[in-house]
Amino acid sequence: MEHFISLFVRSIFVDNMIFAFFLGMCSYLAVSKTVKTSLGLGVAVTFVLLITVPVDYLLQTKVLAADGILGVDLTFLSFILFIAVIAGMVQLVEMIVERFSPSLYAALGIFLPLIAVNCAIMGASLFMQQRINMEPESTQFIGGIGDSLAYALGSGIGWTLAIVGLAAIREKMAYSDVPKPLQGLGITFITVGLMAMAFMCFSGLNL
Amino acid sequence: MSTLFSKANRQVFTNPLNLDNPITVQILGICSALAVTSQLKPAIVMGLSVTVITAFANVIISLIRKTIPNRIRIIVQLVVVAALVTIVSNILKAYVYDVSVQLSVYVGLIITNCILMGRLEAFAMQNGPWESFLDGIGNGLGYAVILIIVGFVREILGFGTILGLQIIPDSWLLDNGGGYLHNGMMTMPAMALILLACVIWAHRAYNKEIK
Repeated sequence: MEHFISLFVRSIFVDNMIFAFFLGMCSYLAVSKTVKTSLGLGVAVTFVLLITVPVDYLLQTKVLAADGILGVDLTFLSFILFIAVIAGMVQLVEMIVERFSPSLYAALGIFLPLIAVNCAIMGASLFMQQRINMEPESTQFIGGIGDSLAYALGSGIGWTLAIVGLAAIREKMAYSDVPKPLQGLGITFITVGLMAMAFMCFSGLNL
Repeated sequence: MSTLFSKANRQVFTNPLNLDNPITVQILGICSALAVTSQLKPAIVMGLSVTVITAFANVIISLIRKTIPNRIRIIVQLVVVAALVTIVSNILKAYVYDVSVQLSVYVGLIITNCILMGRLEAFAMQNGPWESFLDGIGNGLGYAVILIIVGFVREILGFGTILGLQIIPDSWLLDNGGGYLHNGMMTMPAMALILLACVIWAHRAYNKEIK
């Protein structure tokens, strides 16, 4: 139980997808103009992560690994298999959202199918693959389906936190006087850099 | 030969290097640009890998563009890219193992690099193989140039070395009686964002026509 909590809290604050690893920057920069849509995207990313990371965990340990059901070490195929799972799951999520919540579907628009190429989703699966091979004592170790769920939920919440925070700052920044060549993207990068520095103070956190 | 290197084709190749740069103008592929640039060597290897993968993915998709059903094109593109990335990742592991350890998951993340998907969707789906090849090389090199600039600044200020060769002598350091200190912030990811913002600032101040 303690391991779940520490894995969960670490993946929100210390191993934050945006501020520690810069994953999912493309949609992070493109969608973070208003708080409302960024919150919607954050929830969608969290939801997709919650499905894909445990599924990829099962594939990695039960099918691809040398002691899996096939009995052959196929881990070099993991890139293709992971991306296929992610693309398929995003398609499924898109269909479910369209069926049960047309308003959310309209609000997210093109960004819902684009979650498939969001680096944060693929990155979480690849980090999970790395963490399986870590020391079991490490707080980053993922040793079961529960661990992978906790990690996926934490990463998703961390990503949502980061995008909502940036959107709130950008809404305020519309009123400030920024040098012309720095307007738009340049100042957004500097803002994210300063936010990342603030998040660096969590890196000493021991859980 | 004249048609192979016609003016339009040359523009396809040179535009992404400056006025249509994938990082500073189109804002694609930022994730890996920030994460791998703490030293110059991984930045160069990453830039070359992305160039090769973009060029060949562009050619393959352009060759089969008329047979891909529109509904599943994203999945087809992803599978082609994933296969190429698997090959490159294994080549890196075989020949430059230390760099491939340093790059860790970011080699795999080339699959979801927005530059690739952007070029495949916007260019390779409409153009022939040779133009697509030039476009892929141009965009990959445009990406590599920015990576190399950021990697150069971060390595010399953060570690005092270039490609592992010592540039700033030990005798300058504060511990040895000098007055110099390495900037530890430069080795942190946060500074990569701020450096990239400075590159974008300079690029836009110089090319006023970019919005």
